[in-house]
Amino acid sequence: MTQISERAAAPVEAPARPADPSAAESSATGQPAATAVTFAKALNTALADAMAADDSVLMFGEDVGPLGGVFRITDGLTARFGPGRCFDTPLAEAGIMGMAVGMAMNGMRPVVEMQFDAFAYPAFEQVVSHVAKLPNRTKGRVLLPMVIRIPYAGGIGGVEHHCDSSESYYAHTPGLTVLAPATVRDAYLMLREAIASPDPVVFLEPKKLYWSKEVVDLGELRRSFEDGSAPQTIGSAVVARSGTDATLIAYGPSVPTAMAAAAAAAEEGRSLEVIDVRSLVPFDDETVCASVRRTGRAVVIAETPGFASVAAEIVARVQERCFHSLAAPVRRVTGFDIPYPAPKLEHHFLPSVDRILDTVDELQWEDGQ
Amino acid sequence: MTIPTNSDSTRTEGGVNAQLLPSPVPVQLIDHHGEAHSDARYALPDPQALLAGYARLISGRRINDQANALVRQGRLAVYPSSHGQEACQVSAALVLQSQDWLFPTYRDTVAVITRGVDPLEVFTLLRGDWHSGYDPYELHVAPQATPLATQLLHAVGVAHAAKLRGEDTVVLALCGDGATSEGDFHEALNFAAVFHVPVVFFVQNNEYAISVPLKNQSVAPSLAHKAIGYGMPGERVDGNDLAALLSVLGAAVDSARSGGGPALIEAHTYRMQAHTNADDATRYRPAEDVDKWIPKDPISRLRTYLRGLSLLDEAAEEQFAADAEAVAAAIRAGLNADVEVDPQELFAHVYTQQTAQLQEQADLLRDELSREAVQS
Repeated sequence: MTQISERAAAPVEAPARPADPSAAESSATGQPAATAVTFAKALNTALADAMAADDSVLMFGEDVGPLGGVFRITDGLTARFGPGRCFDTPLAEAGIMGMAVGMAMNGMRPVVEMQFDAFAYPAFEQVVSHVAKLPNRTKGRVLLPMVIRIPYAGGIGGVEHHCDSSESYYAHTPGLTVLAPATVRDAYLMLREAIASPDPVVFLEPKKLYWSKEVVDLGELRRSFEDGSAPQTIGSAVVARSGTDATLIAYGPSVPTAMAAAAAAAEEGRSLEVIDVRSLVPFDDETVCASVRRTGRAVVIAETPGFASVAAEIVARVQERCFHSLAAPVRRVTGFDIPYPAPKLEHHFLPSVDRILDTVDELQWEDGQ
Repeated sequence: MTIPTNSDSTRTEGGVNAQLLPSPVPVQLIDHHGEAHSDARYALPDPQALLAGYARLISGRRINDQANALVRQGRLAVYPSSHGQEACQVSAALVLQSQDWLFPTYRDTVAVITRGVDPLEVFTLLRGDWHSGYDPYELHVAPQATPLATQLLHAVGVAHAAKLRGEDTVVLALCGDGATSEGDFHEALNFAAVFHVPVVFFVQNNEYAISVPLKNQSVAPSLAHKAIGYGMPGERVDGNDLAALLSVLGAAVDSARSGGGPALIEAHTYRMQAHTNADDATRYRPAEDVDKWIPKDPISRLRTYLRGLSLLDEAAEEQFAADAEAVAAAIRAGLNADVEVDPQELFAHVYTQQTAQLQEQADLLRDELSREAVQS
């Protein structure tokens, strides 16, 4: 598994997002504090900050203790907070999830790590039958403030059970908040918000972005979250790149791909807007549909097999709401409807810049507008 | 039962720690003729405690009968009866203190009511108003679990959180013999043992999982023997002997409270009625098998014992019956009254903050209902 994490350490181009102007220097020291920070470090810092701010926040799972997790997201937490706050469990995902439910029932805010997307499946009954339903079952008397962190999706040359885009299973289950950050800044802010949420959150971490970098000031992000000035991310999509001709709608690992496609299209004289959905549930219809109404064309991009997927749901929602603004059918660029491919074949499966641009080319440009 | 003080002591050189093994036969303090037997490890409870427990058995049996009748009258959708298992139900509630937690299953209605939860709130589930009707925090009773063994892990988590805060809470988690085949049973016992948390796992072995007999679930020497595989003590007890149950469960709860870690208790009892009213038990077990358990009834043996001590007379019997009838009458009255359910509540508890999508759907339903109201 460490081998996988080394593969994931291959540099990935960070999604470009306008840097926060306030990140230029730290107000505390007067020294420049904005540095190149990895997605993984932002998550690690968010966990540490949340644990420092609230004694009831606990972190547990497989290999998350002294090792710091196979992706090192929990690095240093046991040493800093002690083995009662960040600890390894027996190797049993339903056990991890079920114990977290009980802890959340009894005053704690557990954060659990499912080591890989496909390793979360043994916990599926606990997630669907209890995590998602217990608050409703008790008319909100029992709340479950817990976060299920899942390193997810492919593009890292991983083995069959380390690359699933499993978001559609969770998004289909009422009661779960489902988040998929794509930027370093969102990695920090969304994890803090997830831990603070009174509702259970499935937090999907795109593995291939763990070592992507972005210049941010983590101290400033901490301050903005803790003083409430950071904008809410749950339920809020964001315009990652402005454009006028068509909208690319993406989330998680597909956002950098969509950004690269938009950059390539610009060179060809076509202006593409990119929406980073980032909150799959609750879904931000308003931001997505406002963009599509402006551009009149949309392509949804996701790694997941497209059939009965989150991508399919987004297409349906846009079509239902923006029908009279559309100049072409809403299209999808997703993974094929096949089990996740072996490493030498995965590039055929993943949405690529070329496949996105080909699909954009097919948006009936010749038919007017 | 001697309980080791920490999990390290459960491993011994070249063999197993025999202290973890259950009694060769189920612990019995009062046999089905009503005669008391001494036991080297478990003391007979105080007679007044047994008398109070007896009153709870009478009430529990009446609640089971009343609920079955309400199913026949269409007032409850279904009722999984604990007829014959009332001693397990009553003891599970009576060994706990107020700070402790009870994790019941769908068959443990009598245990939940014995703990003090309002019967009408308990029957919300089976009447069909909502999935769970009581506040779990009020008396520390988790919602009755329908999936098997999943609640055992929640019990471990509640106990783990309490232990981290240094509280002296004990959690008693109920399941049946069928549930011991589930993966979550295994994971719960293993997690409880590894984290050394104060959970007492209480298996009511009533010999059937709907239609499947125990011999098709497990070929372990007993279900209590499974405990040693997790490094925790196991014990077996006559599940129709309230005295033995109070003593064995009480010892396990005391041990857990004083830092002794988890334990697994198996009660040998019998499901005298079908799985639920929707089940036909004649398809899988002969009536003679059921008849064999009639003399082992938990109520009759305790009555004989208490009468022998002159602690129970006709007047007391009449009083207990009248008290039980009052509980049944309140259940009847409550369930015969129609309750208004609020369709808008369907959307109110899915998330703490209403999503735009659910608000749209709530508005759709409200609009439909208002148009129906105009038409009618």
